[in-house]
Amino acid sequence: MTDPNSLSPLDLDTPDKTFLDANELVINMGPQHPATHGVLRVILRLDGEKVLGLECVIGYLHRGVEKIAENRTYTMFNPYVDRMDYVAAVSNGLGYCEAVEKLLSVEAPPRAQYIRVILTELNRIASHQLWLGTHALDIGAITPLFYTFRDREEILKIFEKYCGARLTTHAFRIGGLQYETYDGFEKDVRNFVSFVKPKIDEYEELLTTNRIWLERTKGVGVISGKDCIALGVTGPVLRASGVKWDIRKALPYANYKNFEFEIPTGLNGDTYDRYLVRMVEMRQALRIIEQAVEGIPEGPIIAKVPKVMKPPVGEVYHSIEAPKGELGYFIVSDGSTQPYRIRVRPPSFVNLQALDLMCRGQLVADVIAVIGTLDIVLGEVDR
Amino acid sequence: MPDETKSPSSPPPEGEPKPTADQPAIPGGVKAAPSGSVQSETKTSPEKTAPVPATPAKPAAVAPAAPAAAKPAAPAAAKAAVPVPTPWDSPLVAKLKREYGSGIEPLTHLGQNYMVVDRSLIPEILQILRNEEKFDYCVDLTAVHYPKREKQFDVVWVLYSFPRNERIRVKTQIVDGETLPSSVPIWATANWLEREVFDMFGIKFDGHPDLKRILLPDGWKGYPLRKDYGILQQDNEWVQINLGIESGQ
Repeated sequence: MTDPNSLSPLDLDTPDKTFLDANELVINMGPQHPATHGVLRVILRLDGEKVLGLECVIGYLHRGVEKIAENRTYTMFNPYVDRMDYVAAVSNGLGYCEAVEKLLSVEAPPRAQYIRVILTELNRIASHQLWLGTHALDIGAITPLFYTFRDREEILKIFEKYCGARLTTHAFRIGGLQYETYDGFEKDVRNFVSFVKPKIDEYEELLTTNRIWLERTKGVGVISGKDCIALGVTGPVLRASGVKWDIRKALPYANYKNFEFEIPTGLNGDTYDRYLVRMVEMRQALRIIEQAVEGIPEGPIIAKVPKVMKPPVGEVYHSIEAPKGELGYFIVSDGSTQPYRIRVRPPSFVNLQALDLMCRGQLVADVIAVIGTLDIVLGEVDR
Repeated sequence: MPDETKSPSSPPPEGEPKPTADQPAIPGGVKAAPSGSVQSETKTSPEKTAPVPATPAKPAAVAPAAPAAAKPAAPAAAKAAVPVPTPWDSPLVAKLKREYGSGIEPLTHLGQNYMVVDRSLIPEILQILRNEEKFDYCVDLTAVHYPKREKQFDVVWVLYSFPRNERIRVKTQIVDGETLPSSVPIWATANWLEREVFDMFGIKFDGHPDLKRILLPDGWKGYPLRKDYGILQQDNEWVQINLGIESGQ
């Protein structure tokens, strides 16, 4: 395994050679490419079909979210965070709300905490389902896409019934929740759990022992746990490399310490292990939801927060385990109604940095598999 | 030298006027957004663009909240107990303090530990934290701009240690134009993070393997997350040449 510290930047100014006698070939992939999951541009340096190195060019979706934040109040910025990782909007909202709550020294009431956990874990499943469908599609298996999108729809229906939106939900408010659950929320969630359990087995039947899937994923994009830590890679990718680390357990937030669940880890750190880890994570998320839905306490859904929020002077870093890894918010308050600075630590951005290391020595077709397995969302990479 | 004595003694956003006590009526007034941002501000907070008529205009705008005017008095009383940074004590801190003395100010605020470190000590401290204290994961690296301060930038490392299960922040202050040593040799993940800080703030890192813009186009002029960069501001020249339009707005 290459030492991540020794990675040198690509030399893209290689002298012009004619196509035929060139040993090394520099080709461009993206930004408009169906398999790059958005507007990711990758410059590949190839020797035949083998990848010698690559460079990511990002920023095509840069909207300046952090600058916008400085010109909005704390409440007004809340919907913006949904637009970063738009397939896991609920997680983004949870991280932001908890960070501001920390700054305000308030805590969401228990009932809100439980509902937050249910929605966030539902969102984790939805995010993993979308990942599975598109990742398998990239590799050539088209069927899982239909299965996962069909089942993800059930989660989106719950979101829609709860807050009116399917993707960019803006489900949480600073201090708790805006909406009480609708009649039949708990029934819907229970039904979903019993509905989706056999479906996850179904996905596994399609892929886990599928010979083509095995050949395309086993030993592809291997990264060791040590390299993951050096490169700051978190989430399922880190766990698949054998590091048992999950912020829900290591530095518990919300009320995750009340629930029993396992942290799955892989052995080989390859694309196949990352697939297995995410499948187990979906089942563990269901386990958390089952426990949470049984224990929702009665009570208020929002803590006492001032209408005009002016957190005292100070700064706070708070992070949560988003479906893709550590999602952190670093917020600096100057005591006014608007944040002085908000920095988002996006998991996709940091994880994408490992693409170079993971693809070296692989084939071009495997680059697609590795981009898929990293589970990046360009809205979050570019912010 | 004078700022050296000043820096370790004051809490996080040093040098900035503390707005808690003085005119809370003009909340945006203390924010630094001098140029270019006026148009957008009108939409968001009217009292910001016209601070003078704000006071008479405000009661009308916040009329429904007027009964709540009594309420802020109660939180204000509670605000007397607002958490402030307190010294942070731990074996790690004691050890560093013994070695570097006043160059380090360890503080804890809202349950989170951080240390304000003198710029000159940064390379050594980061090395020690990584190699001896096992802070093996550089979570985040970012900066904050305080245009009114002499040392305009705060640069913040968020570090986490897997063996200790502990997260800390290291903070230093630098003046505009001052460089920092790159931490890529210490944590490989700092590569893109430093590029982003350079892209957004124009802070240079010595020894970075490939310091160039990451989110903005290579030829872009200006550093958007500086406070003197307006929210509607853009590199018009770049937009006209590369996009073939008059303005992106």
